[in-house]
Amino acid sequence: MTGPLAPAFPTVDYGALAPVLIVLGAACLAVLLEALLPLRVRGRVQLGLTLVAVVGALLAVIVRATSGAPAVSTLSGAIAVDGPALFLWGTLLALAVPSVLLLADKSVEPGGAFLADPVALGEAEADQQAREKAGVGARSASSGSSGRAGGSSGASGARLTGRGGRPVEGHTEIYALVLFALGGMLVFCASDDLLTMFIALEVLSLPLYLLCGLARRRRLMSQESAVKYFLLGAFSSAFFLYGLALLYGYADSVKLSDISLAAAGSLRPDSLLFGGLALLVVGLMFKASVGPFHTWTPDVYQGAPTSVTAFMAACTKVAAFGAILRVFTVAFGSTVWEWRGVLWVVAIVSMLIGAVLGLTQTDVKRMIAYSSVAHAGFLLLGAMAITPAGLSATLFYLLAYGFTTVALFGLVSLVRGPDGEATHLSAWAGLGKRSPVVAAAVTFLMLALAGIPLTSGFTAKFAVFSAALADGMTPLVIVALVVSAVAAFFYLRVVVLMYFSEPAADGPTVSVPGPFTTVAITLGVVVTLLLGVVPTAVLGWADGLSFLG
Amino acid sequence: MSPTIYLLLSALLFAIGAVGVLVRRNAIVVFMCIELMLNAVNLTLVTFSRINGSLGGQIMAFFVMVVAAAEVVVGLSIIMAIFRTRRTTSVDDANLLKY
Repeated sequence: MTGPLAPAFPTVDYGALAPVLIVLGAACLAVLLEALLPLRVRGRVQLGLTLVAVVGALLAVIVRATSGAPAVSTLSGAIAVDGPALFLWGTLLALAVPSVLLLADKSVEPGGAFLADPVALGEAEADQQAREKAGVGARSASSGSSGRAGGSSGASGARLTGRGGRPVEGHTEIYALVLFALGGMLVFCASDDLLTMFIALEVLSLPLYLLCGLARRRRLMSQESAVKYFLLGAFSSAFFLYGLALLYGYADSVKLSDISLAAAGSLRPDSLLFGGLALLVVGLMFKASVGPFHTWTPDVYQGAPTSVTAFMAACTKVAAFGAILRVFTVAFGSTVWEWRGVLWVVAIVSMLIGAVLGLTQTDVKRMIAYSSVAHAGFLLLGAMAITPAGLSATLFYLLAYGFTTVALFGLVSLVRGPDGEATHLSAWAGLGKRSPVVAAAVTFLMLALAGIPLTSGFTAKFAVFSAALADGMTPLVIVALVVSAVAAFFYLRVVVLMYFSEPAADGPTVSVPGPFTTVAITLGVVVTLLLGVVPTAVLGWADGLSFLG
Repeated sequence: MSPTIYLLLSALLFAIGAVGVLVRRNAIVVFMCIELMLNAVNLTLVTFSRINGSLGGQIMAFFVMVVAAAEVVVGLSIIMAIFRTRRTTSVDDANLLKY
């Protein structure tokens, strides 16, 4: 068919897109299997499918990266598969393996960390107390216990324990949700135009909102974190979208390279360009939990099931910073001197908030959340230096930070009290005497977060700071070093607490993890050590990558 | 009439939505304000499409609508779940996680 109305189909480079297609295809298949398979085998099949898809996609990335295939922009310029994209894909998929293993673990929490019925009240008595504390107990008890809630508490009890007292299997659709989120992340950090980026942002966010609300224990906190994450996430993506619209008005296109071209010479007012950039950055910074846009981070990290937090903390950060790097470099690299001053402030605020508020935390998960805010500030330092060194340092930092965080959350899930995880710092007192191996692993990971030599944290920070210094950001690097020292205090406080205080008589127990959690934690610890001792292989790969366009 | 006025209108709608998110207490109303923001963006996109004389903006408005619909599904289910355990949708009552 030829002629003026013949549709011009975009060419699709299936080879380059293979990792994304594998993950999203497996996600669709997982939804189908969810409907067709009997409950008995569903969990195992879904887990197998997820792991096969993630590992298969990882292999596809490795094949592509080693084959020396040139960088392509495919799907009529919607997705760019270039060096940084492949590195980020590799990072995301490699982090997804331990995350999925943590999600699938049923040895620590009988039946898994997820509830079979999302609206059931849950089993922990702590929830009841929390409800009363929240002041909704009286009314709902009187109106609900006679009717719906009375029925549902009996029913949910039965649902939770099942026949013979064995805990009922939790959700199996978490695997489909995780695959969709992962697919969204893969597209997010490779998208070459803002509309694709926005769709990917939603594809990665919506499953995460749901995953946050599915905890088996502490239902109210879990649901609260889901609501907060959802409302704030939707709010921030509206800002992202308005930024997209303004940039479309400025450049008459949302392709990153076209925006860069238009910025070089357009008749439109610059207020559209910089207004659009500012709104866009708000949306991106929210996802990366940078600076003043971090308010959801501690609440969601604490309320979500720990395995979901591990996935979210590691992978979302990678995807968001991948997108930030691409937007800054490809679309706004030519105007860097106009906007960088504002980001200086954002980076400083982020580092200060992370370090200072991290000091005051009494909950381990919240503390790691504030630490992630501080780390986001460090990462922004590398992302702002629009240089090859800054790019490779940021990519390396993301890989190192991701593995450390996944392993750390895996360890957090092992320390348990009578009503689930004991995340309060006081419960961790004397852990070194109770369980030397877990305490040693936590110590090592805390040192990595603090950036002590021989851990990946040191190498990553060194790379980022030297890239920032080389790009003339000396004052920022000084602030970052001071903040690192402050943050080291609260990491080391945990270490001191574990080794130098007496365990309480009714302290928490440390569960013996099953194979899944053991593998995930071991992987995280080993990668953290390897990247600290012999970082050259990965740094070499990250070096010399450049964005297309 | 100059299409610029629609840009001002959409900016106003966006601002109303943003203020609504910040001041309203009911999760459903907060959510409706977010939808208002998304639709304000749609108006911006369509207006720029007219000003630029290209169709891209109108196509993008459809994408935004689809995303907004998906967001409604997920959002309302989350709000429903929290309503069934707490018997309230006020965002002020969800206060177990703080500081």
